[in-house]
Amino acid sequence: MANKNHRAPLSDTQLRVKALESVLLEKGLVDQATMDAIIDNYENKVGPHNGARLVARAWTDPEFKAQLLKDGSGTIAKLGLAGIEGTHIEVKENTADVHNMVVCTLCSCYPWTILGLPPTWYKSTPYRARAVRDPRGILKEFGVEMSEDVEVRVWDSNAELRYLVLPMRPEGSENLTEDELAALVTRDSMIGTSVVDAIN
Amino acid sequence: MNSIHDLGGMDNFGPINVEPNEPVFHEDWERKILALTLGLLPAGYCNIDEMRRTTEHIDPAIYLQARYYQKWLLTLESILLEKDILTQEEIETGKSIRTEGGDNRPAVPVEMMQYAMANPIPANAELDPDLKAKFQVGEEILAKNINPYHHTRIPRYIRGKRGVIVQDHGVFLLADTNAHGGPEKPQHVYSVRFTAQELWGDEANPNDSVCIDLHDDYMDPLVSN
Repeated sequence: MANKNHRAPLSDTQLRVKALESVLLEKGLVDQATMDAIIDNYENKVGPHNGARLVARAWTDPEFKAQLLKDGSGTIAKLGLAGIEGTHIEVKENTADVHNMVVCTLCSCYPWTILGLPPTWYKSTPYRARAVRDPRGILKEFGVEMSEDVEVRVWDSNAELRYLVLPMRPEGSENLTEDELAALVTRDSMIGTSVVDAIN
Repeated sequence: MNSIHDLGGMDNFGPINVEPNEPVFHEDWERKILALTLGLLPAGYCNIDEMRRTTEHIDPAIYLQARYYQKWLLTLESILLEKDILTQEEIETGKSIRTEGGDNRPAVPVEMMQYAMANPIPANAELDPDLKAKFQVGEEILAKNINPYHHTRIPRYIRGKRGVIVQDHGVFLLADTNAHGGPEKPQHVYSVRFTAQELWGDEANPNDSVCIDLHDDYMDPLVSN
């Protein structure tokens, strides 16, 4: 199996991962239970539903919203939503004057504990290249025509801070419960490439 | 390092392809490379800046072709060799061959991992709370025009541009040295706002802006003449 071709950069990905898994487990350098817990956490536990709950609560509880905007890290830590790629969290509120959008141009930094692992498009070359330069074009691709008068403010999360967008509460949602509101909040609206649509 | 990872502002990569109802993982090996990386490295082999530095060293042509988790695989293989955790032969065969030497630490126990996934991680942050800030909120700055060959977190599109400090986030380690074995340089990190016109010229929307997090070392005070 070991030959020069085997080391070609992108060949035999599946076999190479299997080889690493075998030898690291055999040597006791990783623990199977730890690996299982990691996969379970990112596949089944964390995800955009965490962020949606924060947003819905912020829409209905002004005191919570003020806390979240002032001290995102402290507020989410109290809720058990801190952790790897979720320790230093800043929440940015969309208003009638400012629309926020988040990118990581240098890699793919993302608030894992609140939104889960990032979707492929967020990690893709075109998004990372274009978000800082053509955010309005990206919004259009996601179906949002942003008024010229609104400031589109892009957050490049190149250091250890991770950003969550607090979308605007949609029109027509006045009578909804917190749970019903959470169900409206999309992942993309919390990245800022989209908005939460008005309810007809 | 001015390599292909520094993508901000580049053109010609085409539209953004959104996959509706995308699964968290597409193939089983993606689960495994994530779990191997996160399950191994917290034993203390390397820090996040060393990992990013390693990813950035992937050949540019390969970097652009690789899927996200293939970059994780290339990064982990490199770290395993660099830190002498495994030998080349062990990586290739998937079998334990070396019985002595190398840097082999006890595996991260599941309880520690569970904790790390749900609680604040100090990582390389919140050091020296008394360290004085070099800049104040509202102050105008000039992002330095630096082009280091080492790892850095000041992207090209910001260098030489004028911005305004909007928030002080406290003290974090400078990635530039932390990615290369030190010395540790704790510094304040700030959100800095640049107008879209400052970055992209007069054709950009006059209302738009980019905010980016910059360390003390990445900026000079803006001295007006």
